[in-house]
Amino acid sequence: MTSDTSAHPAVRARGSRRGAVPAPTGPRSRHRGRRVVSQVLLTLVGVLFAMPLVWMVASSLKSGGEIFSTPPKLLGDRLLFSNYTQAMDYLPFARFMLNTLFVAVAGTLITLVTSALSAYAFARLRFRFREAIFLLYLGTLMVPQEVVVVPMFLIMKDLGWVNSFQALILPWAFTAFGTFLLRQFFLTIPTELEEAAKIDGAGHVRILTRVIAPIAAPAFAVLAVFTFINYWNSFLWPLIITNDVSTTTVPLGLNLFLGQNGQEWQLLMAAATISMAPTVLLVLVLQKYLVRGIALSGLGGR
Amino acid sequence: MAISAATVVPAGTRRGTTEIRKGDGKAALGFLTPGALGFLAFTLFPVVASLVMSFFDWPVLGSPSFAGFGNYVELFTTDDTFRTAILNTLLFVVLYVPINVVVSMSLAVWISPRVAGRRFYRVLFFIPAVTPMVGNAVVFSLLMTPNGLIDSTMKSLFGVGAPNFLGSSSWAMPAVVLLSVWQGFGYNLLVFSAALDAVPQHLVEAAEIDGAGTVRRFFSVVLPLLSPSIFFATVLTLISSFQVFTQSYVLTGGGPGNSTTTLVMYLYQSGFQFFRLGFASAIAWVLFVFIMVVTAIQFLGQKKWVHYDQ
Repeated sequence: MTSDTSAHPAVRARGSRRGAVPAPTGPRSRHRGRRVVSQVLLTLVGVLFAMPLVWMVASSLKSGGEIFSTPPKLLGDRLLFSNYTQAMDYLPFARFMLNTLFVAVAGTLITLVTSALSAYAFARLRFRFREAIFLLYLGTLMVPQEVVVVPMFLIMKDLGWVNSFQALILPWAFTAFGTFLLRQFFLTIPTELEEAAKIDGAGHVRILTRVIAPIAAPAFAVLAVFTFINYWNSFLWPLIITNDVSTTTVPLGLNLFLGQNGQEWQLLMAAATISMAPTVLLVLVLQKYLVRGIALSGLGGR
Repeated sequence: MAISAATVVPAGTRRGTTEIRKGDGKAALGFLTPGALGFLAFTLFPVVASLVMSFFDWPVLGSPSFAGFGNYVELFTTDDTFRTAILNTLLFVVLYVPINVVVSMSLAVWISPRVAGRRFYRVLFFIPAVTPMVGNAVVFSLLMTPNGLIDSTMKSLFGVGAPNFLGSSSWAMPAVVLLSVWQGFGYNLLVFSAALDAVPQHLVEAAEIDGAGTVRRFFSVVLPLLSPSIFFATVLTLISSFQVFTQSYVLTGGGPGNSTTTLVMYLYQSGFQFFRLGFASAIAWVLFVFIMVVTAIQFLGQKKWVHYDQ
């Protein structure tokens, strides 16, 4: 069963019917022939598409001389895992990973908490100017990051936050996107569920944490993953606000590495592999949530 | 599964219960304050400040002085780099957006529920979208460098090498587009794939009974049903394509010459290499206006082709 689409009954029905299709005979076998061709072509497209990533990992295990060979060879004579330790020696990549991990986790937590609180207010509470304030939030969704980086840089400079984790985390932890995403989801949760809790004497905080949050877990998961990935991959802002190893993030470190070791491709590829591993793992583990999340909201962090 | 149960509830029941409730002003204040403070400080205030700054000569060190429309006048009358940056950005948008949408749509149709390994392909195509653009760009620079994989493969297959993609001013932008499509289309693939799954099968079957062939079924039945997600994906892809920066920054450094210098790269250079913060703010607002106008045109045009009734 394709669980990522299971929310749709029509798809489920189609999926389960697939098993009952009788063995192909006559005109059906021609159909089947087309399907085999299609499948083979798709495999080729997949291989071609994956080539840059495969080449990256393969090159990260070669010696410098083996990187450029005609005809190209996928693997070198020996797998040099030492390229990874060597890459880590040139620049403190472990440090960069920890920095980025801290920034991404802290940023995601702040985003989740403040978005959930705001989304609850917009979805469930009645107060003056609610629609107006919400529209204001929505309006800023269209503002590109580039519009705010210049004044943001001055704010950070005035606060003495250049090269600080606050500067990497806080500016992007309050964007309207999370509030919007969670609000849309909260609106689909029937109020009858919380009426019962209210009769039992539960306040708003309890209703949010005990009734709504568990139901909205998929929406929280989607927001968390996309926020984390956005922080992890962020480039322009760290480029502007940091110039010190103590706060350098992984993408910035990779760019520094390119500048310093532009010719040592095998080390550069090892560093690139390191920079990609965490988010790739995250996606592989949480793929069900992600695919369903995109299907649900049509949104994602980009 | 909670989702499907929740979405079935009609919107009317919700309104009914909230109307009985009294205003929740105090609670709302408590719930909104943490987010709103950050929102004011890090979104609303900088947006306004950016507009104000664009009318000033604003150095990083030293005091700002009012310049009126000076920055804008300079951009549009005497600044050749800006003109190049606009043309490059538009060229990128015009190449990237249609290729992205066509590729992601075709593959979404191709990876239908009958294809084996459907989930594997979806995740595979999605992976570059979640890895750092810097990493992807570094890998592509290895592929496209002279004697790199593309060049050496062509040499051994055809005896003729590939052009020097990153060192040629006519190939550099296509190279940036190729990298961008490779890294970005998987996202729209997922959006379209989800929309295709939601197409009511009985409509397609009805068209089949009426004698419509595969192509006709796709263009007359499926595509109109997908139009809301095509609209949605195109709007978001367009907005993000105007912001192209990291790809050309890492891959070509904006070169050769200025052949891949984009609006955001020029903004970055003006603000943080030449330290003209007011000038950079003016570029940011030109970018913003571009995005607003293009988005507005799309929203105005959607009535003609987007079908919301199912």
